[in-house]
Amino acid sequence: MNLQNLGAIDCDMHPVVPELKALVPHLPANWREAVESRGIPGFESNAYPQRAPITARPDWRDDAGAPPAGIDRYRKAVMDRWQLGHAIGNCIYGVHMVLSEDMAVALATAVNDWMAAEWLDADPRMRASIIVPWQNPERAADEIDRCAADRRFVQVLMPVMAEAPLGRRHYWPIYKAAERHGLPIGIHAGSAYRFPVTPVGWPSYYVEDYAAQSLGFQGQLGSLICEGVFSKFPNLKVVMIESGVSWFTPFLWRLTKFWRGTRSEVPWVDRPPLEIARDHIRLTAQPLDAPDDVETVGRIIDQFQSDEMLLFASDYPHWQFDNDEVVPAGLSAISIEKMAVQNPLATYPRLRETRL
Amino acid sequence: MAYHVVAAIEDMPPGSRRVIEVNGRAVAVFNVEGEFYALLNRCPHQGADLCNGLLTVAVTSTEPGIYDFDPSRNVIRCPWHAWEFDVRTGKSWCEPNRVKVRSFKTEVRSGKLIEGPYVAETFPVKTDGTYVLVEA
Repeated sequence: MNLQNLGAIDCDMHPVVPELKALVPHLPANWREAVESRGIPGFESNAYPQRAPITARPDWRDDAGAPPAGIDRYRKAVMDRWQLGHAIGNCIYGVHMVLSEDMAVALATAVNDWMAAEWLDADPRMRASIIVPWQNPERAADEIDRCAADRRFVQVLMPVMAEAPLGRRHYWPIYKAAERHGLPIGIHAGSAYRFPVTPVGWPSYYVEDYAAQSLGFQGQLGSLICEGVFSKFPNLKVVMIESGVSWFTPFLWRLTKFWRGTRSEVPWVDRPPLEIARDHIRLTAQPLDAPDDVETVGRIIDQFQSDEMLLFASDYPHWQFDNDEVVPAGLSAISIEKMAVQNPLATYPRLRETRL
Repeated sequence: MAYHVVAAIEDMPPGSRRVIEVNGRAVAVFNVEGEFYALLNRCPHQGADLCNGLLTVAVTSTEPGIYDFDPSRNVIRCPWHAWEFDVRTGKSWCEPNRVKVRSFKTEVRSGKLIEGPYVAETFPVKTDGTYVLVEA
């Protein structure tokens, strides 16, 4: 498939904070001093261990074998390679793991300012998600208000495993602010590691941790729908990023089936969860977990009963595909164009402001 | 369509229900606070007898956390999987346009019901009573 002529929109790529030092100029004085005097080493999450294959495609790693930092490498490897129209940077530096609300606020602010300076200012095609200190939803909303003035911020980013199910009313100030500014909520794979990453307890191995992320997404999808987030915020969209995709419809079959018999418990869920999800949820298509045969992928896509759900993503620098196979096999040319252009434009209103 | 006599009115007080056989189909008749309603006695999901379901209220909501309990919105909750059906229309509460159970018109009449198109199905009908009828 030729993405080159479409002006495709990469809805998930990861600017890497090279080291905490890069954020220091963007921290308030108190925290600049604290980094120095406490000797804080950094906030790298073990969600993507440096040497794990998933963390970066081998040919994208830097000379030392580390995940590539800096926009130049991304430009060369993806942006120019596929002649992208836009790209949305989701920085997954470990702000979401911090326990202190105040430190989380300082770090989120620093990451957002760093993002604007190092990525958004560096290329007119770059866009980014706002990192929020979800640890304190009121201050997260303040950070959304602050960053939203810059129209290059097009989304609010949350980790799929935080401290409580994301549909809970505790988090609603975040959704209220996001809806007010026309920003979707992007939920990205990753955990604050407050709880085991699987419902059955801590796994022994990294592969279990990564594979279990889709369970986190199931929990959040159930929570967002059943707590009535989309009844309260009817214009809100949620993008599930790096979720694996193929778990989505079977979980909704289950949720919808049981909802029919327990509807009275959640009367604000006034139509089938499948329909609510179709209207409010979008998914980035990298990775798309499926066997290699095209027919199976086609069936998974058909089960959405909608060609508006999927968003193109490279997931750079994570290693989900080889060579030029950035689009899952099994999609028609029309679906690919929808996924790469129309669907992102429909999902991210701010992208439409500058699209020629 | 013919009217079928279900019961003498004194035999179906408010809160009562019974099943009658009409042209080979089982029809569940409910007296809900003096109003009579009739539904096919078969859940469209997996065929459970709706006459055994709980007569209750469909709770609605204008926003999360608000429970709007209007006692006039009566539903039958299927005894097997608790799907709710509007006792007046037979429409399911969860997917009213896709999932519904057939409902029948009911009527209460006095007089010589044994005459004319009326058919007594299940019990002897007196000539001078007040009767509950189902059109089917």
